[in-house]
Amino acid sequence: MTAPLRLTVRRSEVAAPSEEGLAAEISLRLPSEVVWIEEAVELIARHCLAGYQSSSRFRFRLRVALSEALANAIVCGNGEDPTKMVHIRVECLVEMVHLHVTDQGSGFNASTIPEPVLPDDIENPCGRGLFLIRSLMDQVRFNDRGNSICMTLHRH
Amino acid sequence: MGFSSTKDEGGVTVVAVDGQLIVGNRQELKNLVQDALEEGDRKFLIDFAGTAYIDSSGLGALVSISKKIREHGGELRLAELNEDLRALFELTKLDTLFAIAESRTEALANF
Repeated sequence: MTAPLRLTVRRSEVAAPSEEGLAAEISLRLPSEVVWIEEAVELIARHCLAGYQSSSRFRFRLRVALSEALANAIVCGNGEDPTKMVHIRVECLVEMVHLHVTDQGSGFNASTIPEPVLPDDIENPCGRGLFLIRSLMDQVRFNDRGNSICMTLHRH
Repeated sequence: MGFSSTKDEGGVTVVAVDGQLIVGNRQELKNLVQDALEEGDRKFLIDFAGTAYIDSSGLGALVSISKKIREHGGELRLAELNEDLRALFELTKLDTLFAIAESRTEALANF
């Protein structure tokens, strides 16, 4: 199976690790099929980690949150319609990354999603994806329409 | 990546998860356990020694499987979670729902 993933990387001139600013911008588009999640996460993680000092906490959290955001975008946002695309845009900075995941769905209101960690909800099989993202990322924002999430994670 | 199922001397169905338990393969695990329940199996151990990652769908599948096994009067235990996976269970408070053993040997003891 040939991957239909389209990755572009634009690197800017950041000379020293202590220098602030955008070091690279990564863009990846994938069809709305869950089989592409693993490969997309590996591609993005590889570019986010290459050349930077990052903690094991960062590596794990990056993979978990991106996987969850992609699953939400593909399954809930685009309804697994393979003609719809999910767009990942990553701003790689020296100290942090901003991960944007956008689907072509009508959006949702994140504040209405329950968090199944309370005793009465613990046996609910759904709803943990967004909870994990919120728990593992340093900052999470949605656009007004609710079809795009921006997650910020510091490297240390 | 996949699942392999064996039965130990004590009649415990041991399912090993190789690779990942994620949205793309969770149904396969649910079907495997459902088939075993229909064949009369009641004691289950899921071994995560070869598992790198479980996503929220995989966690949800484990919750569903646990309920299904209890409805049949059976028991589910988990074992061999690495540090990252154990952190996911603690974060989601699922460590309070499952019987989690350090090792397969520990999980099978007195099962």
